[in-house]
Amino acid sequence: MMKQTRTRVLLALAMAGLLMGAACGSDDSGGGTAADTGGDKVKVGVLQSLSGTMSISEVAVKNAEMLAIEEINKAGGVLGKQIEPIVEDGESKPEVFAQKIEKLLTSDKVATVFGGWTSASRKAMKPVVEGANGLLFYPVQYEGLEVSPNIFYTGATTNQQIVPALDYLKEKGLTKVFLVGSDYVFPRTANKEIKAYAAANGLQILGEEYLQLGDTNVQGIVQKVFEAQPQVVFNTLNGDTNVSFFKELKAKGNTPDKIQTVSVSIAEEEVGGVGAENLAGHLVAWNYYMTTDLPKNKEFVAAFKAKYGANKNTDDPIEAGYNSVYIWKAAVEKAKSFDVAKVVEAAKGLVLETPEGTMTVSDWNHHVFKTARIGMVNAQGIIDEVWNSGKPIEPDPCLDSYPWAKGLAEGEARQECDAAKSG
Amino acid sequence: MQTILSSLYIGITLASIFLLVGLGLTFTFGQMGVINMAHGEFIMVGAYVPYVLQTTLFEGARGAAVLAALPAAFVVAGTLGLLLERLVLRRMYGRPLDTLLVTFGVSLILQQAAKDLFSANNKDVVTPTFLQGKWNAFGVTLTHTRLFVVLVVLAAMALVWVFMTRLRAGRRMRAVMQNRDLASVSGLPTTQVDATTFFLGSGLAGVAGVAVALIGPIGTGTGSAYILSAFLVVIVGGLGKLRGAVIAAVLLGVLNAYVERWTSPTLGKAAVFAFVILFLQVRPQGVVSFRTRGLTA
Amino acid sequence: MTAVLRRTQADGPWVGRGALLAFALLLFAWPTVVGDPTEVRRWAEWLCYAMVAVGLDIAWGYGGMLALGQGLFFGVGAYSMGMYLSLQQVPDGSLPSFMALYSDYKELPLLWRPFQSFWFAAGAAVLVPVLIATLLGLLVFRRRIRGPFFAILTQATAVIFALVLIGNLKLTAGFNGLTGFAEIFGRNKYQPGTNTWLFHVASVGLLVVVGVAMAVVRSRYGKLLQATRDSEDRVRFLGYDPALIKTVAFAIAAAMAGAAGAIAAPVFGIVSPGQFDFLPSILMVCWVAVGGRGTLWGPVLGALVVNWARVTVSDARPDDWQYLQGLLFVAVLAFAPGGIAGMLRSGWRSAIAVLGRRRAPASMASAELEVAA
Repeated sequence: MMKQTRTRVLLALAMAGLLMGAACGSDDSGGGTAADTGGDKVKVGVLQSLSGTMSISEVAVKNAEMLAIEEINKAGGVLGKQIEPIVEDGESKPEVFAQKIEKLLTSDKVATVFGGWTSASRKAMKPVVEGANGLLFYPVQYEGLEVSPNIFYTGATTNQQIVPALDYLKEKGLTKVFLVGSDYVFPRTANKEIKAYAAANGLQILGEEYLQLGDTNVQGIVQKVFEAQPQVVFNTLNGDTNVSFFKELKAKGNTPDKIQTVSVSIAEEEVGGVGAENLAGHLVAWNYYMTTDLPKNKEFVAAFKAKYGANKNTDDPIEAGYNSVYIWKAAVEKAKSFDVAKVVEAAKGLVLETPEGTMTVSDWNHHVFKTARIGMVNAQGIIDEVWNSGKPIEPDPCLDSYPWAKGLAEGEARQECDAAKSG
Repeated sequence: MQTILSSLYIGITLASIFLLVGLGLTFTFGQMGVINMAHGEFIMVGAYVPYVLQTTLFEGARGAAVLAALPAAFVVAGTLGLLLERLVLRRMYGRPLDTLLVTFGVSLILQQAAKDLFSANNKDVVTPTFLQGKWNAFGVTLTHTRLFVVLVVLAAMALVWVFMTRLRAGRRMRAVMQNRDLASVSGLPTTQVDATTFFLGSGLAGVAGVAVALIGPIGTGTGSAYILSAFLVVIVGGLGKLRGAVIAAVLLGVLNAYVERWTSPTLGKAAVFAFVILFLQVRPQGVVSFRTRGLTA
Repeated sequence: MTAVLRRTQADGPWVGRGALLAFALLLFAWPTVVGDPTEVRRWAEWLCYAMVAVGLDIAWGYGGMLALGQGLFFGVGAYSMGMYLSLQQVPDGSLPSFMALYSDYKELPLLWRPFQSFWFAAGAAVLVPVLIATLLGLLVFRRRIRGPFFAILTQATAVIFALVLIGNLKLTAGFNGLTGFAEIFGRNKYQPGTNTWLFHVASVGLLVVVGVAMAVVRSRYGKLLQATRDSEDRVRFLGYDPALIKTVAFAIAAAMAGAAGAIAAPVFGIVSPGQFDFLPSILMVCWVAVGGRGTLWGPVLGALVVNWARVTVSDARPDDWQYLQGLLFVAVLAFAPGGIAGMLRSGWRSAIAVLGRRRAPASMASAELEVAA
């Protein structure tokens, strides 16, 4: 008897709830997320991890973005409006990036968002920025195979970082390669591309190993590397694992002339933590170094140090974050509007001066032309450029201009590239 | 043959790290039934000590800095542990689960404090010259840093053994560990003994920190990287037993090394966890346990 | 079974039902009060957390089992629904977008196929956690593993879960997780109305969970569970099997976490391993502790209050939340183990005592809350 009553109460509650849900679900109104650009200010979002594990890298990118905003405001703003940055913390969690960008776009109605670092954070933000038809500038090198109509990629795609690095190794005769990476999407996708390149270019892949992010137990992998005797390790490890990895390599008596390494996730910010003495003579692949010898870069480094302290270094993602704001500004001024569609259209083929050189925005795929640079860590922990591609490389996120890469861009990536190409 | 040997070597050195990070925990857990989740952060504190010494007092003498860091880290981490016990944990006698959660809260606070003090970036401890080098034996490369870890473990265990068997304070500790009520009615000051235990256990975590600083990253996440291994050693080893902890560490280290060798590092880790769950089916009280007539162990 | 579930005491059913009804009305009106759609989405998320907290309270507050791995069950629920939602975004029978990119699968793998059905996904979200919890519970409790040992073991299960998810990129999208749930049950995720709708779905979920928890706690089984918490041996001597009793409670907690996960997947719009690792799992315990364990409404209150505070504080000062979170653990567990509910209760009792109507019983002694394992 009692039980029946209880069941009925619960059922009634459930029914009532469902009805409420149905009633409220039907009033889908609004949805327009047109940026709020009234008044003499324009709001933009700055979304980086200010807390959590990724704050190591992302706080500096936020600082660079804020520096650019401050400079632009001092020079009169954009279309006569001062930029009002709304800073949000991604907390190093993809789901928080998704929430915060939704808030920035739909509640704060910002004109654009600058932010993200990990592939996971970008993949989390992508559907939101597309669904809300907003704009996002993503400042970090990544695994490619993506062209969102609502995202600008101001870091390198693979043909501007990994492919040139492989070309360099081939040129130097370092053809026996061992792949070591952290276990997530960027290293796995990068290694898939490296293996395809190797098959077509006569490189030998002697092994492929992955460690969990944050894992410090590297002895087994280092042992496997030594047994395979490669000429070079292509390193896509991220974060703390790099520290243990390079310490172990050094302790086992390795020097760069025995087994060289090329890292794609160690920049000036990370060198200090790994230890310059463990990295000296090893190679990294990026598109910008603090030492890049260009007048625009001298100004940038000086401004960055003046604002944040003389001991603060700039590096590739920091510079890309800084550039992002200027690219957006140039596109807005060309479009004479903050409207997303107009800004995206105006950005095509845009040319501007940046610390890494003259930069052109692709006229179809939302990436930017970048000069590939191979650097070597010196004993002071500074990265010196030892090679560059001579001229900016056209971004090719789906690697369509490389015959060996046929079949790598499948599914969504294929559709996105084809859609972008056809306009 | 060579791969079998090299994996064995890796397993043993891994075991030495497991043992070192778990050693202090076996005491606090064994005596007070308290799992100290902040143990990892005491390791972290210990890892920062050689960094601080190398960049301040011992700027010119990096080797001396690392050696001086061993006792310094013991005292610093031990004092923190003592404070934790005196200020908070004492009030929580008989509530082991609540204590576990409180120490977790403390670990969050310590991590954030480290971030504010040292910034989020990893720090670097330069390996002193006498630890740079290696020996080759039977086709296996033994690095001096790993041997140093093994030596530190052996020394720590020897000192602990002397303390526990030869010194009055140590014998008191064992008495409380084996039967708290009996020790109490026999007139032993159990709260004082608890404080000593916590100082010792946390201090050992600090020493472990110095050792891992030579082979891995030094940052706010250093503690979290090792804490789970420490727990597993304690759980498999049994409460407060040196012998149990040694056997457990070797079992887990070697298992991890061989599974990793044949498959992947991820599976190596997963195998360790699976082994622990299955092991507890066979011996729920760990490798070595006290015999008790009580219903609740 | 009905005999066990029959209510043993007559007092308070109307109070409980009244509270439930009032809570339902409050929830119904809440989105209007909150207003901003992204805020409504946040609250919907916290309602899911409250569901997990209520389940955790049955295991911990009423059963004395500190489960530090509820993220496993929450995650299984979320991934079940996440897989269904991923498949909804692509034409029937084709691969979810990440799979086309990261794997060589030509057709949908076996594991994914049943998740084309909503009812299978919803069922799996609840039943798979129940199955895992039952197996684990029977293994562990039969061997009389308890207290800190149980806590660390459950923590390890959450770690293994995250490891497995990350290690199987081709099946689970690895570290990135499942994303891009643009279409949710025929609605566009980014229309403001969708958040309100999701909020109401989560409300219903929470009301059902609280209702079930009330029934469980007040049933004879509920009394047995609390008796087991207080003295396992005495319960055993009375002829009951404590292992079975504890396993059932653990399974109920798992089911509630699984259901919460299923609702949380569309609310989050993303499911990734980091959301279900051991760190979020142990933070769930904080909600229950702050709200007040061993009470029905405490965990609900705790989940809402702690998460509201987290968002408010970390929006203003990102780094400071971790200090506060740590202090919360220390302050509540060391100095106010009854949580908010405990403080309210003792405050209420002293108020009554002051008014002199009734002699106030001693406020809950801390040792009453946890019996040494």
